[in-house]
Amino acid sequence: MLTSLTLAAATPVGLGDATTLAILGYGVVFAGLIVLMLVIALVGKFFSRKRKAAAPVEVPTEEPAPVEFIETPAPGSAGELKLYDTPPKTAAMLMAIVADKLGKPLNELRFISIKEVK
Amino acid sequence: MNINVGEILGKIWNDSGFAAISSGFFANNGWQSAVMLVISFVLLYLAIVKKFEPLLLVGIAFGCLLTNLPRAGLYHQELWDSFMSEFLVNKETGEYLLNEFGEKIANPLYHSYGEILRHGGLLDIFYIGVKTSLYPCLIFMGVGAMTDFGPLISNPKSMLLGAAAQMGVFAAFIGAIALGFNLNEAASIGIIGGADGPTAIFLTSKLAPHLLGAIAVAAYSYMALIPLIQPPFMRLLTTSKQRKIKMVQSRSVSKTEKIIFPILVAVIVALLLPDTAALVGCLMLGNLFKETGLTDRLSDTVQNALMNIVTILLSTAVGATMVGSNFLTDQTLYIILLGVCAFSLSTIGGLLGGVVMCWLTKGKVNPLIGSAGVSAVPMASRVANVEGQKANPSNFLLMHAMGPNVAGVIGSALAAGFLLSVCQLLG
Repeated sequence: MLTSLTLAAATPVGLGDATTLAILGYGVVFAGLIVLMLVIALVGKFFSRKRKAAAPVEVPTEEPAPVEFIETPAPGSAGELKLYDTPPKTAAMLMAIVADKLGKPLNELRFISIKEVK
Repeated sequence: MNINVGEILGKIWNDSGFAAISSGFFANNGWQSAVMLVISFVLLYLAIVKKFEPLLLVGIAFGCLLTNLPRAGLYHQELWDSFMSEFLVNKETGEYLLNEFGEKIANPLYHSYGEILRHGGLLDIFYIGVKTSLYPCLIFMGVGAMTDFGPLISNPKSMLLGAAAQMGVFAAFIGAIALGFNLNEAASIGIIGGADGPTAIFLTSKLAPHLLGAIAVAAYSYMALIPLIQPPFMRLLTTSKQRKIKMVQSRSVSKTEKIIFPILVAVIVALLLPDTAALVGCLMLGNLFKETGLTDRLSDTVQNALMNIVTILLSTAVGATMVGSNFLTDQTLYIILLGVCAFSLSTIGGLLGGVVMCWLTKGKVNPLIGSAGVSAVPMASRVANVEGQKANPSNFLLMHAMGPNVAGVIGSALAAGFLLSVCQLLG
């Protein structure tokens, strides 16, 4: 049935009709994705609640552990990182590994360039 | 038995393409094939030297090369014309043949795959998979198995950006109608704006197969050019302050949510637009293979071996449809022009969606991720990430952009379903 459309659809369509169809189509795409968005959000909320309910209840200790407050925010990374034949995702992973190995926060390190050795 | 060596060699020569060329094949009506051969070399150059989507473009270009060689007999356009014609047509006048009662005569070869298998060449047989929508659906299954929908599940609002970025599809549809294309052709051209190769092939093979070569080449070429097409619009439509916005890490998504997601999407989309059930169903089945954790072998096969095999068959089959008489028309030029407009307008739509979302969330959303709402996974996300880092080197937008990016895949499938539905109704 579908392939027979090729012959049948030589019917000319006016610009006004085309605009109406385009607006309708754009609306249908929005409607479809909004329905999906709502369903996913509902499922997400359901699981978040379930997770919260399943989480162990915190029993307050007599002496609460001292909380360290950092008064000034950690300085951000400086400069510009140059990537040569390296996808950003791989670069992010490499930087995280280096920071972990050095035992230093990522924002205290400065990466100048990452190049794939071929 | 008398063996006449001269006769045998003479026959081999007469059957060869060289004989066809020497007898004026290219000088007469074969000049279109000569031009197509040059185009195939240009496409090979773009794929191999310039690295434009080489995985697909090499196959497309080589299919184009093979189909236009004289006497190769690998692809027969006339068989497919006959396959598509419900009634017998006078080849010279293009009018329907009538019987003594003045009625059209039914074509016995209409939709006859048997005829294709009997008389077709290798590329005709490859093309059956395009005609039946098998290849685009299998490619979608592989895409599903390779895609992590986590960023979309953790931030469902990304769906809106995926929807906004379909603007180019419908704008190009109007443009194609304005340029004189019929409804089916306009729908097929418009879907280039979805920046999704399999969806474009799926829709075009159903609605306007004679435009398949031009549309596939346009779609894949522009997808390769996304890093060039998108950034100017990104800088034009967003402020430097907006591009610097760092987005907060999304919530973590549980495995159960990731398993439920493909099932829910497949059911809802198939119920909403049954015409997209094949595409979205395969996309979500592939994703389910990945997420269950119990079907690793299937997931691995779908995203590697099967995907590679289908890519070879799909690309050469699409290239085979690039026959001079179909391709060398002013329609191809319009398609290329409308294709770039579709891509650009889809990018603009996504960016405008991103700007609105940025404004509504009081600066929590970086509008650059809206441009990733065109499908082209993961290229569009990478471009958003790169542009974000240019504005703020410590900005990592990649995972945030993946949300709208995969929403764009679903959005373009929905757009294709709508257009297919409309063409069925009005055709």
